[in-house]
Amino acid sequence: MSYVTKSPWVIHYDGSSCNGCDIEVLACLTPMYDVERFGIINTGNPKHADVFLITGAVNEQNKGVVKQIYEQMPEPKVVVAIGICATSGGIFKECYNILGGTDTVIPVDVYVPGCAARPEAIIDGVVKGLGVLAEKRETMIAKSMAVAQVLKSQKKETAKAETAETEAAEIEIKEEA
Amino acid sequence: MSTIFFLIGFPLVVAIALLVLKADAIRDIVVRVASVIIGVASIYLTFQYYSIGSELFDFQSETINSLMMGIEICLAIVVFVLGIKYKKYLASVLAAVQTPVMVWFELTKGHSIEVINNIYIDRLSIIMVLIIGIIGSLICVYSLPYMKDFQHHHHGEKDRRPWFFFLLFLFLSAMFGLVVSNNLVWLYFFWEITTLCSFFLIGYTKTKEAVDNSFKALIYNLIGGVAFVLAIVVLGTYYGTLELSTMLLFGTMGYSVVLPAALLAFAGITKAAQMPFSSWLLGAMVAPTPTSALLHSSTMVKAGVFLIIKLSPVLGWNVAGVMVMMVGGITFLFASFAAISQSNAKRVLAYSTVANLGLITACAGIGTYAAVWAAIMLVIFHAVTKSLLFLCVGTAEHNIGSRDIEDMDGLFGRIPRLAIFMIVGISGMFLAPFGMLVSKWAAMTAFIDSGNVILVAIICFGSAATAFYWTKWLGKMTAIMARRENIQNNVHKEEWIVLGTLTGLTIAAILLFPVISSTILVPYLTSVFTGVNAASLLSGNMFIMTAMLALVILLPLLFFGKTNKKIVPIYLSGTNLGDDLTFTDSMQQPMPVSLKNWYMEDYFGDEKMCRYGGIISGIIIAGVLAILLGGVL
Amino acid sequence: MMTNILWVIAYLVLAPVIGGLLAGIDRVITARMQGRFGPPVLQPFYDVLKLTEKEGITVNKVQDFYVLCFFIFVVITGCFFFAGGDLLLVIFALTLASVFLIIAAFSSNSPYAQIGAERELLQMMAYEPMVLMTAVGFYIFTGSFRVSGILSFGTMPFLYMIGIFIGFVFILTIKFRKSPFDLSMSHHAHQELVKGLTTEFSGKTLALIEVAHWYENIFLLGFIFLFFANGTALGTVLGLAVCLATYFLEVLIDNSFARMKWQFALKSSWIIAITVGFINLVVLRFML
Repeated sequence: MSYVTKSPWVIHYDGSSCNGCDIEVLACLTPMYDVERFGIINTGNPKHADVFLITGAVNEQNKGVVKQIYEQMPEPKVVVAIGICATSGGIFKECYNILGGTDTVIPVDVYVPGCAARPEAIIDGVVKGLGVLAEKRETMIAKSMAVAQVLKSQKKETAKAETAETEAAEIEIKEEA
Repeated sequence: MSTIFFLIGFPLVVAIALLVLKADAIRDIVVRVASVIIGVASIYLTFQYYSIGSELFDFQSETINSLMMGIEICLAIVVFVLGIKYKKYLASVLAAVQTPVMVWFELTKGHSIEVINNIYIDRLSIIMVLIIGIIGSLICVYSLPYMKDFQHHHHGEKDRRPWFFFLLFLFLSAMFGLVVSNNLVWLYFFWEITTLCSFFLIGYTKTKEAVDNSFKALIYNLIGGVAFVLAIVVLGTYYGTLELSTMLLFGTMGYSVVLPAALLAFAGITKAAQMPFSSWLLGAMVAPTPTSALLHSSTMVKAGVFLIIKLSPVLGWNVAGVMVMMVGGITFLFASFAAISQSNAKRVLAYSTVANLGLITACAGIGTYAAVWAAIMLVIFHAVTKSLLFLCVGTAEHNIGSRDIEDMDGLFGRIPRLAIFMIVGISGMFLAPFGMLVSKWAAMTAFIDSGNVILVAIICFGSAATAFYWTKWLGKMTAIMARRENIQNNVHKEEWIVLGTLTGLTIAAILLFPVISSTILVPYLTSVFTGVNAASLLSGNMFIMTAMLALVILLPLLFFGKTNKKIVPIYLSGTNLGDDLTFTDSMQQPMPVSLKNWYMEDYFGDEKMCRYGGIISGIIIAGVLAILLGGVL
Repeated sequence: MMTNILWVIAYLVLAPVIGGLLAGIDRVITARMQGRFGPPVLQPFYDVLKLTEKEGITVNKVQDFYVLCFFIFVVITGCFFFAGGDLLLVIFALTLASVFLIIAAFSSNSPYAQIGAERELLQMMAYEPMVLMTAVGFYIFTGSFRVSGILSFGTMPFLYMIGIFIGFVFILTIKFRKSPFDLSMSHHAHQELVKGLTTEFSGKTLALIEVAHWYENIFLLGFIFLFFANGTALGTVLGLAVCLATYFLEVLIDNSFARMKWQFALKSSWIIAITVGFINLVVLRFML
């Protein structure tokens, strides 16, 4: 039973957005759409967050920042790119300063296109993100169990090897005697 | 009794020897051996009188009396001349008033008063002897490498270290004499010797600042000295005795000794740097650190509160007692506030010392069994912990080049052991389950039981302020900064030994505290405050405190620094340059991270705090002395 | 002795449950006051459980240790309280716990955590005089510092200590970290210093802090209960009712006020302490 989907905390970052999508994201938090019903809290701190809501495209200045925020989030985490600029660069894709959508620097799990993306679409995107989050949690557990298994079998192997060695040594001594 | 003479005489001999020996290597051996001998002798004295408790010694000597008078006259002339030389005329005036009055008294009235018991020992004196002998000796040993570094930094100046060490050991000798003198004239003699030692030690560096501050200390202490002389004159003239024990006996038997008590308490107040006289202690911080540790935190200023504690049976809810308690309380409050705004580590320690002395003074002023118990516990814990902190700051200063707390961040990476010792020291000053907190707890209970609600409010606010300025500093000590070069090996081994011993003592003191209380304090207090049942204070809580201490020591040993979590950079809004020390600013340039503590100058600026505290205390003292002296005249 | 142990066990087991439920109710009431639905009442538990499932990350090797110490000492403080212990011991142990949390933040050497820590320290300085005066007030009135002594005193302290009660509820806003005094680490959706004190904590460490706060809130409400305890059933019921009412009052205050500056927090707390608190103490002293 994973609680990650019952309490997804969000960090919202504006890359180079015109703030249109940002306003829609904030609208989701207002009583009109009340995403706290799903346990969603807007925490501004990557270390506390599970869902990375990113708007706006990536340029030279924010490339490092986006990467850092992503890296400082603990697993399991999902990235939801809100708005067409975050998805692919939008109408600014050909500009000299824009590198592209969010997926040029970090892996994106859910794309919510729109200009600006509507709150209903954003919420829908986040809910899809929760599904991905649950999957990632399963993978995380499976991975850690696998790692534990490998360590255990490694220990067994070294123990086996040691007993085999001592046995071999004993046989040798017996043969010499 | 011979041990007592040894304790007074031996450091004196060592002092004179150190004045003539110039070679480093010989000085090292002499100081180390002498310190060990003094420490052992102090402990030996404790065992000698452990079960007997208190004893008045039938000892008289005209030679000593005359010798003392002669030395006093010489010293007065020295002060008079120096005062004129440095244009500090007030010092000369005070010397010119103080000593002639004393001499006149001794030659006229004093001669006719017979003093049988000039020397005594009791459990309070034993505690003081232990503090002087053990902590004093440790500080002397610490001074050796410290002064070597000091000389190194002040290359080119004349090497006056023989004079320095002479003063240190002379001071130890005088302190031993002070705590065992029953004859107030003798006590006064040793008292003045300590004043002069302080004067010369503060002025050691001979800079203008040092000279000014040394004269300020001298003047304030001489003012106290004048009061001391007046007290002796009053006692001799109106009560016909010069013995402290007799005076206390008169007081507890019901005869009012309020005037001499108030005058002696006033002398104690100046020596313990209570407001409005606290600025001399702050100024004394320009002296080399061993001076600050020895004189101005653990020993000389303790002489001031020692006298007041001795007077506690005759204080309480009389005019003298109220003066003492309120001056102590006001000093505690305002000095704690003032410490918040200080970033110079020695000034923080100085204000903390003044504040804690204020707390001890207030407890002694209340004069009940419980209050004096708290006062003596505070004396013990404060002496150990504060000297540890001063010496740590001294070591830090020599190795990182600054006394400012703001420059001490990252100390945990640069000199881990020192940071840990300082953490123990700082925690020892205000956190449960260490000694100072336990003593403060006892003080609070004593304040409440005494009925003085103002003091209760004072200790509530003062404690809050205390926690603030210590935790700030503690935070700096524990900050982990990346990539700090470990310079731990630059610190002298001797300094480590002393610091380690003091840290051990800080912890041992709280562990041994129930034993100290029941074997030394309770018998002393029962004998002084007759008729009070020796109920053990906070007994159940003591057990809990010990358990908490065990936990606080055990937890770091088990869990500190052990984690297998992934290390990630700190959150600098995503602009961390990877080393946790720099980030990219809005112009895309690297900018170093700089973190400073809060000092709240506008609220707790020390000038303002000392002014308020000084005015209030000044009015109280002036009022009380006016009432008392007016009554006599 | 036996009852004390039972109370301690009850505290250890039930306090996080009740504390978490109270936190959940807090969020629901807040949401309703803001005209929205709000999360389910069990949301705080989901939050804590989710935090335990996160990957373990930290910024240095020592901050988790300090937070662990914070947690242990908060729980110990509560155990002292519910075992009928000495109020001053409770206050001093709580100070020790708070200092551990503050040092945990300082140890990270991070700007947001540092400012959060300084503000947390300031909050401590602001509420400490009043809390100490509360303990003193109980001692003067009932003759005992011990919770067990206060509970068995027999007369309801509330009316005699009404000034102290008002002062204590005032600083309770600080202790519960509610606006206008949530300076150091705002809960819920507020952000000012990113997450202030808790910026560099995550995962299990953060969960531990949250649970520690639940433990702390329960014994703070216990303090409120002491004002009404007189050994009778009426006193107990009234005490519990006032506890809940006080909690609701704090939620109301939280939603009615914006965050104030630290100067206001310090000044107002100290002025309240020196007026209603101190005057009440004087009255108690001369009345008894």
